[in-house]
Amino acid sequence: MSGAIPPREAAVSVRGLSKAYRGQPVHAGLDLDLRRGDILSVFGPNGCGKSTLINMMAGLLPADAGSVLFDGRTVAEARIGYVFQNYREALMPWKRAADNIRYPLRLMGRPRAEVERRLEALVAAFQVRFDLDRYPYEMSGGQQQLVSVMRALAVEPEVLFLDEPFSALDYETTLSLRELLGRVLKENRVTAMLVSHDLEESIALSDRVLMLTRRPARIVDDVPVPLPWPRGAETLLSPEFVAIKRRCLDVFTASVRATPEAVS
Amino acid sequence: MCGLVPPLLGAVGFVALWQAAVLLRLADPVLLPSPAETARDTWAAFRTGTLGHDVARTVQRTVLSFLLATAIGVPLGVALGARERLYRAVEFVVDFFRSTPASALFPLFLVLFGTGEATKVAVAAFGAALVILFNAAYGVMNARRTRVLAAQVMGAGPFRVLTDVLVWEALPQILVGMRQGVSLALVIVVVAEMFIGSTDGIGQRVINAQMLFESGLMYGAIFVAGALGYALNLLFLLAEKRFVHWSGK
Repeated sequence: MSGAIPPREAAVSVRGLSKAYRGQPVHAGLDLDLRRGDILSVFGPNGCGKSTLINMMAGLLPADAGSVLFDGRTVAEARIGYVFQNYREALMPWKRAADNIRYPLRLMGRPRAEVERRLEALVAAFQVRFDLDRYPYEMSGGQQQLVSVMRALAVEPEVLFLDEPFSALDYETTLSLRELLGRVLKENRVTAMLVSHDLEESIALSDRVLMLTRRPARIVDDVPVPLPWPRGAETLLSPEFVAIKRRCLDVFTASVRATPEAVS
Repeated sequence: MCGLVPPLLGAVGFVALWQAAVLLRLADPVLLPSPAETARDTWAAFRTGTLGHDVARTVQRTVLSFLLATAIGVPLGVALGARERLYRAVEFVVDFFRSTPASALFPLFLVLFGTGEATKVAVAAFGAALVILFNAAYGVMNARRTRVLAAQVMGAGPFRVLTDVLVWEALPQILVGMRQGVSLALVIVVVAEMFIGSTDGIGQRVINAQMLFESGLMYGAIFVAGALGYALNLLFLLAEKRFVHWSGK
């Protein structure tokens, strides 16, 4: 189902990825490819292993079996970015916001001038109008998560992973951040993978939605999202969006009903 | 300024109660001199006597043992905290000696270090170091997992994770440990000055005044010791506010 992408176009190839918790398989031989420049979102029932999948791909969690290759290289050799759900615990509160964004570049030993150029480019791209010389705890949740996104993008990652990036924010902030992020990712042709438990967000921010079943997770549908960018609030009302959402919802309810499983 | 009024009222109330007890002759005047007499004797001890020198000596010993304790406790605590299994292995020993009254160790340290300065400083440093080590290790072990993962995913190796994340994560707890450590060091130094061959220090002044029935001076020296402990605590609270501005936010 996912082998349709030619190897040269794939930024990430996942083959036979498996993981079990206490003998219970979460993933059993999962294959997927992420096309360069695409935003892929993964959607499925609660506990289906979405976060496990993204964490294994990003190298935060060891897989039991299988491989994740970034253009033929392992995650340790690749340059990736990761945005955590909990920005409060992901940013370093002892560093000012700007230093948080500079941190990965300094870690890579980039010269000072280049670090500053990159920071300025990010500020321009995201049209940041708030003061980055403040500490994260002095900022709103939306501003903190924007700083997290800028930090993840600072190194110009080959793949950006986003784990429920907006789920701790209010709807108004989510809408504006989602639109901003979608625009910047598309303008810079960033390859990204999003995990979200919000179907609307999964569709609005992606070029392709993978629908997963309950564990062990299988890909039951691979839904293209050919909606034009940039996407704003009006996109959510377009007939095309509604049709995609209906298709996803049908697959979702069918897959949830198909495997009656005791609620754990 | 308004914040200063309630504690001041409390202090005035305490002195008033004391004065009332003196006026009501609740205790022998030799054992309980009036606040004014105590203040006069204490002032005299500062001006013509050795109380100033005693305070300086106690501060010197406390600071020296605290510095030793910090130099040992912080690096060792951070290193043990970063290797949680290793810490679990030594935790019992640390907890045991942390719970042992330091005064019970005086004889042992007298044997090891003799009757000079070294013993007082060594016992105080030993007690304070264990408190600081314990807090530093727990600070590191309680580091936010997400922050460590975030650094790792950005490419930080084990050493950078330690210096860029774990030490900072532990800093609030390290400063709490240092505050407790300096208070403990003062307690041990004052007790040591009383009982192990001292010729100076606040502890020595208190016990001397008691033996010579100089009650005014005895109370005065006790208050000076109290003021010293309070000031050290306050100093570290201010340092915590200043250096770990992000704590609790």
